[in-house]
Amino acid sequence: MLLSGDPPRGRALQILIALIVAALALSPFLFPGAKALNTAAKTCVMILLVASYDVLIGYTGIVSFAHVMFFGVGAYGVGLALYGLGASWGALIAGVLIAFALSLALALAIGLFSLRVQSIFFAMVTLAVAYAFNVLASQLSWLTGGEDGRSFKVPLALQPGFKWLDHPILGVQANGKLLAYYLVFAVVVVAFLLLLRVVNSPFGRVLQAIRENPFRAEALGYRTVFHRTLATCISALGATLAGALSALWLRYVGPDTALSFSIQVDVLVMVVVGGMGSLYGAIIGAALFVFAESYLQEAMAALSHLAADARLPLAPALFHPDRWLLWLGLAFVLAVYFAPLGIIGALKPREKA
Amino acid sequence: MSAFDVGAALPRQKIDILPALTPVIVALVAAPFIGSFSTFLTLTAAGLAMGMMIFTMASGLTLVFGMMDVLNFGHGAFIALGAYVATLVFLPLASWSNADSVALNLGVFVLAVLAAALTSGALGWVFERLIVKPVYGEHLRQILATIGGSIIAEQLLYALFGPDQIPLGLPKTLQGSFVFGEAAVEKYRVVATLVGLAVFAGEMLILNRTRIGLLIRAGVENREMVEALGYRIDRLFVGVFMAGSALAGLGGAMMALYRGQVHATIGGEFLVLCFIVIIIGGLGSVGGSFVASILVALVANYAGFLAPKLALVSNILAMVVVLLWRPRGLYPVSGR
Repeated sequence: MLLSGDPPRGRALQILIALIVAALALSPFLFPGAKALNTAAKTCVMILLVASYDVLIGYTGIVSFAHVMFFGVGAYGVGLALYGLGASWGALIAGVLIAFALSLALALAIGLFSLRVQSIFFAMVTLAVAYAFNVLASQLSWLTGGEDGRSFKVPLALQPGFKWLDHPILGVQANGKLLAYYLVFAVVVVAFLLLLRVVNSPFGRVLQAIRENPFRAEALGYRTVFHRTLATCISALGATLAGALSALWLRYVGPDTALSFSIQVDVLVMVVVGGMGSLYGAIIGAALFVFAESYLQEAMAALSHLAADARLPLAPALFHPDRWLLWLGLAFVLAVYFAPLGIIGALKPREKA
Repeated sequence: MSAFDVGAALPRQKIDILPALTPVIVALVAAPFIGSFSTFLTLTAAGLAMGMMIFTMASGLTLVFGMMDVLNFGHGAFIALGAYVATLVFLPLASWSNADSVALNLGVFVLAVLAAALTSGALGWVFERLIVKPVYGEHLRQILATIGGSIIAEQLLYALFGPDQIPLGLPKTLQGSFVFGEAAVEKYRVVATLVGLAVFAGEMLILNRTRIGLLIRAGVENREMVEALGYRIDRLFVGVFMAGSALAGLGGAMMALYRGQVHATIGGEFLVLCFIVIIIGGLGSVGGSFVASILVALVANYAGFLAPKLALVSNILAMVVVLLWRPRGLYPVSGR
């Protein structure tokens, strides 16, 4: 019921998903420390961002490069509202609503403008629009703070200094940071279940039909432009929400954390490695990616030193911690070729003929 | 009159002249607002040079797309590669570049852009075989695979050349400006315009006057039919892909010299511009991308002077306006 009749298939996958969700749910208690909590919160935000992207790329078969733009709209909406109107819940809600409205308008405009033609056209147009948006956000410094971005205060209950219980719970300070984490977690869970509901609805089935064969879907009487545009809008709203949560957690918004094209690339890597066409892939992809980002670099630093000690040419540069995206890029290309359904596809039980 | 009038020429296709005039119209409309003639001349010259460099990069992309339906998101990596290769020639030969001899100055320039084009072309072959070939005919996987390829290529560039900007100075002869009355036109801009025009002329000659060009144009129109006639279109395509990558490298090297510095982000930046240009020009059309490059660059330059804030999104606005007028670009290729 809660999972919309679409539970993860296969024992291995179920265990993996359950482990990740449990780890995220209990993260503040299991892994104390600021870095671990930041990693967990980033994972939650990324799960929502990647899941909403999967609605577009995995279920509808449309490649958009403007997904991070919507993420940025959410982040800037919340950030600028809290910055300009003061740290109140009203400002937060106003920011989210304005961001939703702007995202919806942008998604509608882009969708109606470019989805009539080929989907490849959409890919290029979104890339161009997202790029322009990024430039705009970093240049309009009177509004957005330019390259430096804006730091702002969140509502009192979410501030790290706020204590809502005098004694710690299970050894963890009962402060606003904990509340903020669980706010992020809860919103992501609800949004994820909603997205799961959407893709398993009759509407979601039509999206999959469009992905498989747009002409046949149209011949069956579905207006593909309408469905594609609606999918774009839903996906944009998901990304906006993720952006809002991200800004709320970081208490900062700037081009690097909210709009940079490298986030878009990260999202692509996550959705492909995790598995396109299944929202559970988003959970696995995001968890794996954030984990790799945080901990792969340390392993690579060790490897780089080893290679430097062995005096191998070029190898130290290739294993330099900043080059971790090189190896993920390699994994990405291999996944595109050999495992189009990503980790989800690899873990899926074989269907009986 | 006989129905089989052998002597009569084939009905010629009408050439649509209006889209080709758009840059001229833009220039004429902008001129009164700019006011001063010398400023107008400088801006226009700068726009032409910029447009020619963009065209050099974009024409390869549009041919590759037109012919094999492959949208190469790795194109930006070749732009960056060309820029880095230019530094490999310029930095060791700094003495040539600073010498008082015009021949040595031009020699190092020619050597650098040729090296950039050849290296990019050669690696284009590798890229096509490894990345693009396995995913022909599947748009989604193509986009993903070429993006993956560009991530790897960009990271390799960082690993090889380091993450910092590399300064790149022009040879002595090409520094400075020609001065016409009050208007100053940088020498390098003239060179860039000439190189771009040469590329355009070369492409047009090859496409319209040679057998290979005939096959390429035929492939753009209808790939299956060319295959059915017994031509190995995949080989032809590898050639086009290499040429496209070489052009990207050439354009990247020219642009790096223009900017005076090299960084891998140049790839992504100009990839976006290339996309805008080939969308405006009509996907697959070389002539269209030529007009569109000039149009985009002129609009950006005029807007930068008249309304700097608007200049940031002038490319997108130009694209939207053109697509509202011609939904498939200035010169749509039939069958697309």
